[in-house]
Amino acid sequence: MYSQGLTDAKGQQEPADLLAEFQAKIDREEKIEPRDWMPAAYRKTLIRQMSQHAHSEIVGQLPEGNWITRAPSLKRKMILLAKVQDEAGHGLYIYSATETLGVSRDQLTEELLTGKAKYSSIFNYPTPSWADMGAIGWLVDGAAIMNQVPLCRASYGPYARSMVRICKEESFHQRQGYEIMTVLARGTAAQKDMAQRALNRTWWPALMMFGPSDKDSKHSEQSMKWKIKRFSNDDLRQKFIDATVPQAEHLGLTIPDPKLKWNEATGHYDHSEIDFNELFEVIKGNGPCNKERLQARIDAHKQGAWVREAAEVYHQRQKDNNESEAA
Amino acid sequence: MSELKLYEVFIRAKSGLNHRHVGSLHASDAEMALLNARDVYTRRKEGVSIWVVEADKITASNPKQEHEWFDPAEDKVYRHPTFYPLDKEVENM
Ligand SMILES: [Fe+2]
Ligand SMILES: [Fe+2]
Ligand SMILES: [Fe+2]
Repeated sequence: MYSQGLTDAKGQQEPADLLAEFQAKIDREEKIEPRDWMPAAYRKTLIRQMSQHAHSEIVGQLPEGNWITRAPSLKRKMILLAKVQDEAGHGLYIYSATETLGVSRDQLTEELLTGKAKYSSIFNYPTPSWADMGAIGWLVDGAAIMNQVPLCRASYGPYARSMVRICKEESFHQRQGYEIMTVLARGTAAQKDMAQRALNRTWWPALMMFGPSDKDSKHSEQSMKWKIKRFSNDDLRQKFIDATVPQAEHLGLTIPDPKLKWNEATGHYDHSEIDFNELFEVIKGNGPCNKERLQARIDAHKQGAWVREAAEVYHQRQKDNNESEAA
Repeated sequence: MSELKLYEVFIRAKSGLNHRHVGSLHASDAEMALLNARDVYTRRKEGVSIWVVEADKITASNPKQEHEWFDPAEDKVYRHPTFYPLDKEVENM
């Protein structure tokens, strides 16, 4: 219902009065809806941001999907299945919101499968132990919540609404992860060690989920003005650290950062420098699992082709039958 | 193969409430759209009834005409009860 062609901004001056009215609307905290006028750059930025987000939800199923068949009990298996199914749902909510900007689902899928579009770097890390399911829920979904809560107030209506739904579902994800960690941390020495090693693996990549540091973040200022970003990368990251450290301490687990220390003066935790070279390498495609993740998506798409075809053929046959009955 | 048709999804959260737009999805036909809508949009009992409508069957008003269309309603204050002052003795009307 919302489809609308992409306006090409190249060389084409956008009317100053429309631009001013657009910004005024955002400043008044009014939402932009699909058929409203918007600057081409706003549309383009949103398509990039939202599709990256949707792709992340979809690819994000893979590291956890890895453990569905090996979850340690029926209860854990059901919980993990429900969580992974939620992530598929999150992907679909955001794809559907992105399509209101005039981009087709086919195009979005193609951009993911050809590697043109990016997704969150965190999903390019392996999940070798069951404890990684705990660390992911606790830290990765925890970081996602930090990012997503402010997006519930994003200026683009369909995006904001999809975030409201998603945030409602995410807190289950984080809690089930923390509960896995709790059980392991209070278990045998080997189990506690497994939890600690998962924390060691996930901590730094989770901090990198907030993106490069503010001084290197290229899109921030305009996105803040458009209210499709509300807090800077470093502010959100700090908030996450401050919230998470006491949770680790509570379980008797150690955050793998020797310089981590409460700073009475700032009211925040100080921490070591983050190695953003690692982040840039993973984004470039050189993370431990980039190839595997993309291949899994390509295979799934290929293997699902017959289902989509069968659905089309079935639909056509039903239609033909109805028509011949009516005749 | 081109992508499946787009359907808009509306959900009644519980009886007594209106159906409300929640998003969209792709499906080959209405039956599949309903099944997918149940799986995508009501995993936590968010609804007791679902409508799906082919997206291109919806006719929408034009946002560019928002003012021409809706402003005329603004100056008709006499459509509201507060336009009519009442004497104290009968003010509970
Ligand atoms: Fe999610
Ligand atoms: Fe998410
Ligand atoms: Fe999640």
